[in-house]
Amino acid sequence: MSELFKGKPTSRRAFLRGSVAAAAGAVTAGAAQAGTPDPLITDVQPWATGLGDGVDASPYGLPIEYESDVVRRNVEWLTADTISSINFTPIHALDGTITPQGCAFERHHSGAIDLKKEDYRLMINGLVDKPLVFTYADLERFPRENHVYFCECAANTGMEWAGAQLNGAQFTHGMIHNMEYTGVPLRTLLEEAGLDVAGELQDKWVYVEGADASSNGRSIPMGKALGDCLVAFKANGEALRKEHGYPVRLVVPGWEGNMWVKWIRRIEVTDGPVESREETSKYTDTLADGTSRKWTWVMDAKSVVTSPSPQSPITHGKGPLVITGLAWSGHGAITRVDVSKDGGKTWETARLAKEGEAKALTRFYLDTTWDGEEMLLQSRAMDDTGYIQPTKAQLREVRGENSIYHNNCIQTWWVRPNGEAENVEVS
Amino acid sequence: VWSGEYGLGREALPEEIAAWDVKIMPDGRGLPEGSGDVWTGDEVFAEHCAVCHGDFAEGIGNWPKLAGGQGTLDRKDPLKTVGSYWPHLSTVWDYVNRSMPFGNAQSLTPDDVYAITAYILYSNNLVEDDFVLSHENFAEFEMPNADGFIVDDRAETEYAIWHGEPCMENCKDSVEITMRAAVLDVTPDEEGTETE
Repeated sequence: MSELFKGKPTSRRAFLRGSVAAAAGAVTAGAAQAGTPDPLITDVQPWATGLGDGVDASPYGLPIEYESDVVRRNVEWLTADTISSINFTPIHALDGTITPQGCAFERHHSGAIDLKKEDYRLMINGLVDKPLVFTYADLERFPRENHVYFCECAANTGMEWAGAQLNGAQFTHGMIHNMEYTGVPLRTLLEEAGLDVAGELQDKWVYVEGADASSNGRSIPMGKALGDCLVAFKANGEALRKEHGYPVRLVVPGWEGNMWVKWIRRIEVTDGPVESREETSKYTDTLADGTSRKWTWVMDAKSVVTSPSPQSPITHGKGPLVITGLAWSGHGAITRVDVSKDGGKTWETARLAKEGEAKALTRFYLDTTWDGEEMLLQSRAMDDTGYIQPTKAQLREVRGENSIYHNNCIQTWWVRPNGEAENVEVS
Repeated sequence: VWSGEYGLGREALPEEIAAWDVKIMPDGRGLPEGSGDVWTGDEVFAEHCAVCHGDFAEGIGNWPKLAGGQGTLDRKDPLKTVGSYWPHLSTVWDYVNRSMPFGNAQSLTPDDVYAITAYILYSNNLVEDDFVLSHENFAEFEMPNADGFIVDDRAETEYAIWHGEPCMENCKDSVEITMRAAVLDVTPDEEGTETE
């Protein structure tokens, strides 16, 4: 990607901030052991004597101001403008598995559109017995399901193919979110329109497109369409956010985020793939010999240590340290995550916060003791098909460096004795 | 025989389907009647497209290049354009028709789209300057990289290898840092982006 180096060099305040935090952390740790009484305990604090906010202060609340760094960020030089562009989930600062919708990443091709439920229409046409138009209210009358799935952009980690580029898990791995969706199985809607006229279904396809100007049309084989795809209208309990497809989006579990068509307006049963722009020019993966893979739908098993990481340095000195991160696979459930502190020479098996769920984020922890020495931190995911997350060298050996998409390599963070971490590649 | 189980929704009318179903299949099915030539395309392109994509479809700044790059797909920085990369002409017509110009999509007439498509082919040295593209000759056109794609073969080339019990101890003799993101220093500074 030639545009990678066009950005203007930026300041290193992020690093400096990490250093300051580390210094402050040391002071705090000292205070806890000091002989002088802690005034935060011995003095009556204002919050222990006065009053807090009333229950009418924020009908729909935002995070407290001290968490203002837990926000989406964009990288200006990645795209020509901010409309057909990407931003990144602050995964370095989150825990558990559910992504708060307000900081869950966005990827638009012609901006986040404003589409009211009253103006919403969904059409099903093509090789169906009866082409149908649904209103939003119609969709709420079909039987619903709830499922948690990750949505990972095909380009997540794509800037890292040629080397270590962006310094932070948010930037290298943050084109992802994980939500609990409520919606109607796509199968239910297709059966409502009737598939008798389509005949043999195994060679049929479904073309889905959005209401926005980009349309983002994609072809999905009928097997997947009748499988676990959801036409979703709620995420994490509430309506979809505008930027995530309000009022209705497609959920395509385990498959590249581009296919999760937002503001979905039309579903057509076809006798072949449309080979639209988003599955020819884009979302095809060029190999070293110049040929390209198409229809690389599934997102393979992947993981990343979210803390410590460049944006989440160690600030507490030696001793107990929680190494944590996320693992996921589009093929099924995560069964195991191994963590290395020495760049892959030796590995320890981490603890999964709970059993891995199919096609959803899984949280892992390695509760350890840091001796204050440098570490080369890595994580390696395994899924229930037996697949093991590869190194970047292994991926490059098969694909070269021009794939752009589907980079699920093992990430390395170089943690230095002062607690700062940096994105590096190792031999 | 249709038998919707829930009886929800209502039948789509032909006018509604025609308004929204504008997709073009790779074999050209779905194209409306019409035509456009290279020189008309040059004018329409200059008016609607060149501000971003350049007078010769070569791209301005970070905006997509639509022409050039033939023979670069196996190089370090391949230039992937309509001429060097796209497998089907149908995709050009379909995408321009429904999603371009950026910010004013669906404003072009079918003849405009035929003309722009002809001009993009000309910019890629794939047709002469007297070329006229129409719904009748559309399907005859073969793109240079039509055979450049294979269906996802990860199951054979990758999954079969990266499988089984992984190494846990003494997996390598030595580990060296070979590349550092801080050397490139292209990560946005955090304070700057928060205010956006």
